[in-house]
Amino acid sequence: MSILPELGQIALLIALALAALQGVLPLVGAHRGDPAMMSFARPAALAQFGFVLIAFLILVNAFVSNDFSLQYVANNSNSQLPVQFRVAAVWGAHEGSMLLWILILTVWTSAVALRSHSLPLEMASRVLGVLGLLSVGTLLFTLFTSNPFLRLQPAARDGADLNPLLQDPALIIHPPMLYVGYVGLSVAFAFAIAAMLSGQLDRQWARWTRPWVTAAWVFLTLGISLGSWWAYYELGWGGWWFWDPVENASFMPWLAATALFHSLAVTETRGLFKSWTLLLAIMAFSLSLLGTFLVRSGILVSVHAFASDPARGYFILVFLLLVIGVALALYAWRAPSLDTQAGFQATSRETFLLLNNVLLVIAASLILIGTLYPLFVEALGMGKVSVGKEVFELVFIIPMLPLLLLIGIGMHSSWRTGNLASVLRDYRWLIAASLLVGVVGPLLVFGSNSVLTACGIVAALWVMLASAGAPLKLVRQGKPMTRAAAGMHLAHFGVGLFALGATVVSSFGIEADRSIAAGKPVTAAGYTFELKSLEEGQGPNYAFLQGVIEVTRDGEPVATLFPQKRRYRQQESLMTEAGIDGRISRDVFVALGDALGNDAWSVRLQYKPLIRLIWLGTIVMALGGLLAMSDRRYRVHVKAGAAKRTEEAAVVPAVTVTDSA
Amino acid sequence: MVRFIVPLGIFLALTGLFVVGLKNDPTYIPSPLLAQPLPSFTLASLADPNEQVKSTDLGGRPTLLNVWGSWCYNCRVEHDFLMQLTRNGVIDIYGLNWKDPRADAQAWLARYGDPYVASGHDEEGRVAIDFGVYGAPETFLIDGDGTIVYKHIGPLSADIWANDFAPRLAQLTTEAVQ
Amino acid sequence: MSGWRGGCMVWLALLLVALPAAAIDTERAFEDDAMQARYQKLIAEVRCLTCQNQSIKDSNAPLANDLRAVIRDMMRDGASNDEIYTFLQERYGDFALYKPPFSAKTALLWLSPVILMLIGGFALFRTVAARSQLDIGVDGE
Repeated sequence: MSILPELGQIALLIALALAALQGVLPLVGAHRGDPAMMSFARPAALAQFGFVLIAFLILVNAFVSNDFSLQYVANNSNSQLPVQFRVAAVWGAHEGSMLLWILILTVWTSAVALRSHSLPLEMASRVLGVLGLLSVGTLLFTLFTSNPFLRLQPAARDGADLNPLLQDPALIIHPPMLYVGYVGLSVAFAFAIAAMLSGQLDRQWARWTRPWVTAAWVFLTLGISLGSWWAYYELGWGGWWFWDPVENASFMPWLAATALFHSLAVTETRGLFKSWTLLLAIMAFSLSLLGTFLVRSGILVSVHAFASDPARGYFILVFLLLVIGVALALYAWRAPSLDTQAGFQATSRETFLLLNNVLLVIAASLILIGTLYPLFVEALGMGKVSVGKEVFELVFIIPMLPLLLLIGIGMHSSWRTGNLASVLRDYRWLIAASLLVGVVGPLLVFGSNSVLTACGIVAALWVMLASAGAPLKLVRQGKPMTRAAAGMHLAHFGVGLFALGATVVSSFGIEADRSIAAGKPVTAAGYTFELKSLEEGQGPNYAFLQGVIEVTRDGEPVATLFPQKRRYRQQESLMTEAGIDGRISRDVFVALGDALGNDAWSVRLQYKPLIRLIWLGTIVMALGGLLAMSDRRYRVHVKAGAAKRTEEAAVVPAVTVTDSA
Repeated sequence: MVRFIVPLGIFLALTGLFVVGLKNDPTYIPSPLLAQPLPSFTLASLADPNEQVKSTDLGGRPTLLNVWGSWCYNCRVEHDFLMQLTRNGVIDIYGLNWKDPRADAQAWLARYGDPYVASGHDEEGRVAIDFGVYGAPETFLIDGDGTIVYKHIGPLSADIWANDFAPRLAQLTTEAVQ
Repeated sequence: MSGWRGGCMVWLALLLVALPAAAIDTERAFEDDAMQARYQKLIAEVRCLTCQNQSIKDSNAPLANDLRAVIRDMMRDGASNDEIYTFLQERYGDFALYKPPFSAKTALLWLSPVILMLIGGFALFRTVAARSQLDIGVDGE
């Protein structure tokens, strides 16, 4: 029996000691102005990362080498599980995913430690100190309630296998991606706490914070998108968003983070909205912690919930109370002194960004209310209610449609003074084109239209045209564009793509449940589906039944699809693998249901126009974020003294060129 | 500046909500039928299709209505306890045999014993819907007036009986005597 | 896996219980297009009780199958949507409806968008009105 797991546990204990050191000394040092104490922050952060990495690799090794003497491995892996899924199984359940969470926190912390030399020592120390304290909390939680290194006496002969729903390539990278996003928001949170502790919240602070927020947002965007993609082809129902509590838990911090970097644009450029920016930074991270609590405490029923445990729930609740409670108390104390006496006109960019913030926060709040409403009713002793997709879709559109319509105008408005009339004049042809296509287009292509659909398409097209229009104009005039501005336009173009896909697929998607049998073709949405054969086969750890379904349209072959029904041997559970013919213009989707007798099967057939734009749009958004992050003014100069020069060099373009948000 | 304290206030209210929420079981669905008269039904008897089991059979004294099926694992789990209740003459138990082919259900009772005064055969599941059943086993405690006093979801056991049923039954019996 | 307790993947696990697996609807329930559309919408809004995160439209659980049959029969007998909602509520409580009707219990949920939009609009108006009075040449630090 290898002693590696015990070493892993010791590594985590050492990491805990280092986190405590990193959490206490630099904060005290910054308070007293003691450089010796502050100098502990960076080495402690890097060393902590090293020890957490050791623990993590030991757990990976335990999975890869099938060490079923560990309870966590025995519960979540199996010797027949392909090796890539054995690695993914490390974060396939609660304990290991907490370890991944901590690893990612230490990666972000190390990145801050390495990239913060241009910050004043006090600021860097406070930021790292706060991150250290967060790490203490998560390490304590993991060691005391969720230790992945617990032994099983006697060792299991084989493992119970990874939940088959998670045995999928997208699920190897989806959780890490999402966690990098969630945990990344802790950096913005730490910056906010540091600013409140020091009382220093100026435009420079906003400039330091902004790229970190954008980076976290990029990962969060991709993580959520991957989850949606997985749900689309793996759950078998062809939906891409279910408003499930777990999905909502990831979407709320995303909305808050989106509001945050728009608000940071105003704080960076004009020195305004400081207390609001602080609140958003606290809110974004708080919502990601809240998501963790909702998912892992078992307080809500969800499709993807972890095996839940109320003891863990209480621990996270106390942690939440300490972290968010202290942050908000600090906010109540410090924020009132942050007002600045600077103005802007009613139609200036500041107003549009404020509007963006208000609408995004309303959207996040509505999702929070919908998610928690069943809890609320039950707590009042009024029984149980359900809040489903239909409610969320209806409610969510109320703030989002105006937001979408305003992006195109807001992004072309100028700082300080309004230029609404000239924006509308410059873009009148694009507005007219969006209106025309939005109203007539669906009639021509799909033969019908509705007010809501037309609004969605007009808004989406207008955003796309407005985002493409400005850069094209600059290119034509031979003028340069900052990467920040290019990133903003690209991200907004992605928003338009997404909105177009979402509107079209929800308005014109066709879904039909049919019975299919060999020799009896069925037709749906103009496509004919014929079951050619049903084949049985064996995968590495499952048996499958595969339908061979030929799809034709007007007699022309379109595709042959292979939907599967899999029975995973270890957990005896059935999984549906959809057969999808994906094109940019539409997906044709077949999922096998149940045997109906007489060799007939129930199948769900779907026609999903433009559904790919949903994921393409999110990728474009993320690329826009990356581009904006790489702007010259955020590239940190490590050389001593360079910080000052960077600041001077960068302030000028930031004010004169329309490049933010 | 009150408005800067608002976020903290909202957060603390949410925390209170979570403390309450952690104590509740998210999968438990309360029945709107409690304190209501039991839904009226007439079913063929499981033992003999020519006989009937009716809702009116259950009145006159406290009774249990137990929803079961031969396909249901947890019904097997609670079965010995039901047998014990009947053997000891604690209460009359009626069965609602849910979504079960008659032969299967009869064979199951022949094999494990029949604790029921009678079982109604609800193969289509319509009566179960009137009772708001969403999984077997479920057990209803019904008083002498035919009102549903209590509902338990999941297998019965001596512990659950002692905690949730016995006190209510004792109360019903005292009330009846008075 | 127990048969009675709804969990997340129970629609799969249910197949382990020796209950004859039902299936989702594969035939039209109504000749009339409007009735069929109404039926499809209704069953998508009813929560499957056995497997708590699916509608009875998407669930192959036997109970979902029975509930669909009841709803079809009620519709054939001319029941309105409200009558069907009430039927379900009386038996399974509000829990069974994914889109709860407006009532004292759900008032706050349904009014939340209006309330929040009003608060947001008011806050926005106040801020912009105050800021537009201030000197636009000044930047805060």
